Amino acid sequence: MLEATQTETGFGRRAFLRIGAAAAGALLIGFPLRPAKAEAGIFAPDAFIRIAASGDITLIMPQVEMGQGIYTAISMILAEEFDAAFDRITLEAAPPNTKLYANPLFGIQATGGSTSVRAWWTSLRKAGAGARALLIAAAAQIWEVEPTTCRTENSEVLHDPSGRRLAYGALVGQAAGMTPPKDPPLKAVADFRLIGKPLKRLDTPDKVNGKAKFGIDALRPGVKFATLALCPVFGGKVGRVDDGLAKAVPGVRQIVVLDDLVAVVGDHMWAAMQGLAALDIVWDEGANASVSSTQVWAQIRAASEKEGAVAKSIGDPAKITGSGETIEAAYELPFLAHATMEPLNCTVHLTADTCEIWVGSQILARAQAIAAKVTGLPLDKVVVHNHLIGGGFGRRLEVDYVETAVRIAQKVDGAVKVVWSREEDVQHDIYRPVYRDRMTANLADGKIVGWKHRVTGSSIMARWLPPAFQKGIDPDGVDGAVDIPYEIPNLRVEFVREEPPAVPTGFWRGVGPNNNVFAIESFIDEIAHKTGKDPVAFRRDMLVKSPRLSAAIELAASKAGWGGALPARVGRGLCAQVSFGSFVATVAEVEVDNDGEVRVKRLVSAVDTGIIVNPDTTIAQLQGGLIFGVTAALYGEITIENGRVQQSNFNDYRMLRIDQTPMIEVHLIKSGEAPGGIGETGTTAAPPSIANAIFAATGVRLRRLPIDRDVLAGRKSA
Amino acid sequence: MIALRINGETKAVDAPGDVPLLWALRDLLGLTGTKFGCGVALCGACTVHLDGEPVRSCQLRIGAIGDRAITTVEGIGATAAGAKVQKAWLDLEVVQCGYCQSGQIMSAAALVAATPDPDDSDINAAMSGNICRCGTYVRIREAIKLAAKSA
Repeated sequence: MLEATQTETGFGRRAFLRIGAAAAGALLIGFPLRPAKAEAGIFAPDAFIRIAASGDITLIMPQVEMGQGIYTAISMILAEEFDAAFDRITLEAAPPNTKLYANPLFGIQATGGSTSVRAWWTSLRKAGAGARALLIAAAAQIWEVEPTTCRTENSEVLHDPSGRRLAYGALVGQAAGMTPPKDPPLKAVADFRLIGKPLKRLDTPDKVNGKAKFGIDALRPGVKFATLALCPVFGGKVGRVDDGLAKAVPGVRQIVVLDDLVAVVGDHMWAAMQGLAALDIVWDEGANASVSSTQVWAQIRAASEKEGAVAKSIGDPAKITGSGETIEAAYELPFLAHATMEPLNCTVHLTADTCEIWVGSQILARAQAIAAKVTGLPLDKVVVHNHLIGGGFGRRLEVDYVETAVRIAQKVDGAVKVVWSREEDVQHDIYRPVYRDRMTANLADGKIVGWKHRVTGSSIMARWLPPAFQKGIDPDGVDGAVDIPYEIPNLRVEFVREEPPAVPTGFWRGVGPNNNVFAIESFIDEIAHKTGKDPVAFRRDMLVKSPRLSAAIELAASKAGWGGALPARVGRGLCAQVSFGSFVATVAEVEVDNDGEVRVKRLVSAVDTGIIVNPDTTIAQLQGGLIFGVTAALYGEITIENGRVQQSNFNDYRMLRIDQTPMIEVHLIKSGEAPGGIGETGTTAAPPSIANAIFAATGVRLRRLPIDRDVLAGRKSA
Repeated sequence: MIALRINGETKAVDAPGDVPLLWALRDLLGLTGTKFGCGVALCGACTVHLDGEPVRSCQLRIGAIGDRAITTVEGIGATAAGAKVQKAWLDLEVVQCGYCQSGQIMSAAALVAATPDPDDSDINAAMSGNICRCGTYVRIREAIKLAAKSA
């Protein structure tokens, strides 16, 4: 059973205890490693586990569920070491509380970057093991036996020599006041009962019958519905609003005019939408009214001529562009919108001294903080109820939509649900930045002896997590470039920060590696062809010390029938990557017709992501991530003209649909290494493998995305 | 007041007849399983059945429905095809974020009810109007075939 959306999630630790107390017949203790304290019979050995006297176990989810299966994976990790009966657990979303629930890889409470399993793997295993050890100690006290003679199974402590057993729930009273051990022993991989099994997801049953609650489904008593318009030009302000016609729309209750947006509040969304359409708004377009994609690209191309901050330097700088044959190429990626299927939304109920929020957020503590900032209320007066997320992909790592909703709520009496139209969602996204990658390789005897990779683009970190941006280097911007897997003796990676005019930029599924893997894997493919080598063999020779990636390449190539004959205008392309701690090789098979249309026929990925918590989820993430990447490669581009986004809905910002979806095969490689991240790897893998396959099919090298059908049809040159 | 027959029950909606069914369901009747995705019938998230036929509820005015039977994702499990589709969806773990899945399931249930043994082209024709941003299409295809085969 899933109760993630019904929980009080905004109170921080004190209320966390209070909630525990409110649940009948249970006991609770503190975190971390403080003596257990009895509170109405809830036993909470740490911040992640609560046991009621009834035996019901609640697992607190520090990460948010947005389809990646993390509720199930985290439950499996906790339940594995805790030896809890998996079919009797209840999940609860963690409240905003950086101290207890900050993502160990970020230091803030955030879900993103394919970090969840990697970040929590050790600490949650320890949390589960500590709780288990504590219950063993409690049972041993009752039975007056040595703890080492006890074992656990299915939410019970067993003492085999005497045949006695006690359910975890029955130990709640005894465990109160006991302190969990500091370093509880963790299970050996061979002893895992849950981890590694394709267990059914805990969040999906309610997602097939309409019961699952996303943020957009929050319905407060008496709630009003609002939709908004921001100035179409980035940074513009409201000039003048004539609301005469809008007020006459049945169901419209209120027009809210703020300095940068107009919202219409009504009895339902249709009234709000009709009201908004009936408004006559004159915008003060401001300084950005002439910004265009042409200007954006001119600026980034000029910036890419400048020397960047050196993010990585290996070997002899003189040999990077030394005496051998030099190959150069530049790759470019466009702005992209996230287009989560659940449009942006946030429900707010503001009173004189409290602010209550219902939302789906990847970054709960920031949602709470921005509401406190806007309202001037203390943090503990802002209660945030997090929900299942109808697609995050990085968009919900931002809190702009929470901020605007709170600002609108300041003008509205009672609860108001603010829902963005799809058009606003597309036109006021925080976009995947444009990037330009200039690559230079120096060859000797057909081998790469020098390598220069200059990344030019926005620094998301400089805005989003400023301490991470140091010495001109954005660690996300060069992720995948500084850790290029190929053995190249002389290497230099530079980062040039170039913020596009007007257009806000943020994280997008695949984050930094999206750009760098596309540039590297396209360039490696170009070099392989230039030197007359097979792309698989060429990579293999540079991966002598990387057995995990080599094995993935061999497996993907073999499963995809690499080297086998293909019809005319059909080709295979390879992408190999080490990203998010995972080793992934992908072979795309594409067909290009004479009109330049590309059909991706088949994608084969081989993946070594270390210890796999749930193999079925891992496969699903690869399948979905690849499709996300196919959409980007075939269709994805946001363009700017007159300071505004030209796309608006799924007609002109296209998504892959089922009839264009390739066959996808995912092959998992067994591994005992620490878990890697998986959610973004497919998105990173698809575009370069497709571009390389297009080259194999046609001899045309595409260095920009999305694919240019005119170039492929010979109607224009690349 | 407009009377609507939804999932076998008659519900009264106090709204003008030009209100799309989507918003009547979600905002006025509290049936939030039907989802808003694009507002212009491009994504299929709002799909419901009208007398068993899949329709985009964002384009269907409540005043134009009359006494035709509306089925939403909350009620589709009561139909044979709907129950099979829901089961297949869970058996093959189709769902990721789940937001589009109400619409996917409604489109799939209509397909399975009308076409006992759908092939790939039937599936493409019936499902291409439904966008899934998480990319669950591979499993949707498998699950429809599984649902169609199941008793």
